[in-house]
Amino acid sequence: MKVTRRQFVKGGVAAFTVTFAAPEFLSDLARAQGARTRNLVVLNLSGGNDALSMLIPYNDPFYYSRRPTLAVPAGQVLQIGSDSSNIALGLHPRLTGLKQIFDQGRLALVQRTGYENQTRSHFLGTDIWSTADPSNSQGLGWVGRYLDSLPSPVDALVGWNATGALPHILQAAHTAVPSIPNPATYAFASPNGGAEATAERSIATRISSHVPVGQPELALVYESAAAALATLGRVATVATYTPSLTYPNSGLGQALRAVAGAMVRGIGTKVFYVTTGGFDTHSAQNTIAANGAYVNLMATLNDSLLAFYNDLKNQGLLEDTLVLSFSEFGRRISENGSQGTDHGAASTMLVMGGRVSGGLYGTAPNLNMDPQNPTLENNAGDVHYETDFRSVYARVIDGWLGADSTKLLNGDFRKGSLTFV
Amino acid sequence: MARTPDRQIEHLLRRAGFGARPDELDLYGQMSVDEIVDSLVEFQSQTDDVDSKIGKPGYVGTTTRGVFSPNSNITDARQRWLFRMVHSDRPLQEKMALFWHDHFATGYTKIAGALGATEGTRYMAAKPSEDAGGVRGQLHLFRDMALGNFRDLLTAIAKDAAMLVWLDGRTNFKAKPQENFAREIMELFTMGVGNYTEQDVYAGARVFTGWNLQRPGSAADGSQHYEFFYSAAQHDTDAKTFSFAIYPDGGKTIPARAAAAGMQDGLDFIAAVVANPNTGRYLAKKLFRFFVSEFREPDESFVNRIAGVFLNSRGDMRRVMREVFLSSEFWDSRSYWARFAWPVEYVVRSLKDIGWTGFSVDTALTPLANMGQTLFDPPDVSGWPGGPNWISSATMLARMNFASTLAGNQRFNLGTASKSSGANPRSFLSYFMDQIATSQLDTGVSAEWMNYLTMTGTWTGTDAQLQAKAAGLVHLIAGSPEYQLQ
Repeated sequence: MKVTRRQFVKGGVAAFTVTFAAPEFLSDLARAQGARTRNLVVLNLSGGNDALSMLIPYNDPFYYSRRPTLAVPAGQVLQIGSDSSNIALGLHPRLTGLKQIFDQGRLALVQRTGYENQTRSHFLGTDIWSTADPSNSQGLGWVGRYLDSLPSPVDALVGWNATGALPHILQAAHTAVPSIPNPATYAFASPNGGAEATAERSIATRISSHVPVGQPELALVYESAAAALATLGRVATVATYTPSLTYPNSGLGQALRAVAGAMVRGIGTKVFYVTTGGFDTHSAQNTIAANGAYVNLMATLNDSLLAFYNDLKNQGLLEDTLVLSFSEFGRRISENGSQGTDHGAASTMLVMGGRVSGGLYGTAPNLNMDPQNPTLENNAGDVHYETDFRSVYARVIDGWLGADSTKLLNGDFRKGSLTFV
Repeated sequence: MARTPDRQIEHLLRRAGFGARPDELDLYGQMSVDEIVDSLVEFQSQTDDVDSKIGKPGYVGTTTRGVFSPNSNITDARQRWLFRMVHSDRPLQEKMALFWHDHFATGYTKIAGALGATEGTRYMAAKPSEDAGGVRGQLHLFRDMALGNFRDLLTAIAKDAAMLVWLDGRTNFKAKPQENFAREIMELFTMGVGNYTEQDVYAGARVFTGWNLQRPGSAADGSQHYEFFYSAAQHDTDAKTFSFAIYPDGGKTIPARAAAAGMQDGLDFIAAVVANPNTGRYLAKKLFRFFVSEFREPDESFVNRIAGVFLNSRGDMRRVMREVFLSSEFWDSRSYWARFAWPVEYVVRSLKDIGWTGFSVDTALTPLANMGQTLFDPPDVSGWPGGPNWISSATMLARMNFASTLAGNQRFNLGTASKSSGANPRSFLSYFMDQIATSQLDTGVSAEWMNYLTMTGTWTGTDAQLQAKAAGLVHLIAGSPEYQLQ
């Protein structure tokens, strides 16, 4: 069982002194100066995405022999050409929107991303992808470290977590990221009306506006209350955002709708975190039939990202936005007896945005069951990584966020062939 | 007779239960700490009649849509469990049930997706005495075996219908073993990650081939139900070898067995992982975090001691928990308020501290979801991430807003109860700070509460003012950071 945010336990007070007093006008000032904010949207496909059903090597005979019920027929995949190893690839048939974005050159697919001795544990795996540190998976999140590196004072809305609980990837030493699962319900209630209600809010705000000394855990609670009270007003402006098109009603679709709203309102957020789950497809994965489990996962992904992409395009914000996906692991190549797939290793990452150089990066695995097959591991049971996931992070950090990846990742993971941004 | 101060009773009941009602403070105040622990741990000597109080006056309310159906409707099942948390005279039984629910985290949504909402509720929450097929929902398994033997509990879980759907054991067949349960029983239920290999996962999956479901009974009288079934024809009869000892002599191989006898494979495996030294240590650390403190790492001596009791008693959880509650670590002043309250702990303690007359637990369900905890639906098989993960700006808003809802609901009761202390703001504040215990308040907090009482105008002490100020003040106290600790 993971114990996350252990820095509060171990790090003591020094690890936790938060400056909250960032004035509201920071983002206004930035806008007035004509600065455009680059946004990073981190998308977690939670549960372990079966990348072989998302990006399909449809000419590999082992794909069919090892997946008798799960293989998508070659005639149904959305062909997108071949990678540098001449393996023909196609997107899952439900990814018609992502195919459009790929054809516009704004979607990059980085194949076989992972790391050495990749864990098959959901929890350890998520910690490792979150910290970008397989050797210390209980440290701060890599996005949190990026936020910590920004010059202070940072704005209270510099980060935006679209889920209820703060994910490990956003955990920072001295940057508080508000969690805003739904801007419409992000409000302060009172049992009284009028002056009493105003007084309650004022007192709650005053109490939470300082940080208890020597009590890091209590300080976390104070800081979270303060983050809520300090951001209510601006988040309310996001709740009134009317998008240029209709977003799907899925959790991901609605989260991305709010993210687009935050961008359009220009509230100054640099990093957003969204997630969609259900990828732990051990049984009845059903990659083909209408409303099959994996088909629905792809539908959620496709429809949400397409709406987001087109909305941002309409709003003129596409070039400011980069979406980066990750999942804790890929899945085993051979299907199991429950028409599903168990936990595996390397997977495929998606990078989407108006300044992305789209295309296929890295090479697909060869699914031949020969235990010596170098693209596989675990007796040819799982996909072996080709690109360290930190190399993808490094490119995003250096090429998009404009920070120094060697510092944030504690090492040089740069890989020249990753020119997606 | 030795008496125990409120402060200690409250600490014990926050951990071994869900806070202390006034009548619980009266009852336990007559006893020594040893006697209270004895009473909590030996809960079978208390009557288990809490369900019969549902819907009666004087207790927290429930909201029914038609007939109250906690065995077949998940909303009602959640209400019944919350009701029990507030009113059971066996608080530790409910607390352990919650601990096991998190430990063997099973999600209603997947069960309902596979079997439908009614059946999904049944396998999660049905009370066997009220089910036509005698189905014991998973929650009742946890209540029945709350402080039983861990090996019995693990065996029962391996055969539990909801678990067999949740981790796909029902489709674990010899032709293609299903790894889901085998992995999690080692990673999350017993030894912990790092103490097994991928080959162990494969072998473990084969051990449990044939641990499936069957569906006896009659559809006509409602007795038809799913239950565990060992399907000999689906069992992999070959030997299975592990990286760790399976047998007391150090043997690592479960021998090849005839299909008819193959269920013994799973029982041997369960016995092995329970006896594995990593399991006692894994549980000891988890018990420390849930019952003692999550603000410091457990001392090595605590882990060794608790793991020792676990191992020597062969998994007797009653003895283990008695050791935890009587430990010096538990009573260390650093352990008071040294946890982030889980949302259900926060909600139930609020009800016990503030009042429940006229409040329905149904009203707490959406706030609980906003705080990140929906009973019977943990986010995944590792349970709720817990600890500091409970706390975010969104969940703090949800907590403050629940405090607002409850305080508003109780405004008349609070106004009446505080009337004799309503002469001036100071006595009024003292009354509520005495009623609602929090962790040590940070500098200036009580001054700000005082400020709240005086900032909107002259103190008149009228009923209307007392009600408004009582509701507002209780909102601020129960919504305060200090009250979120536990």
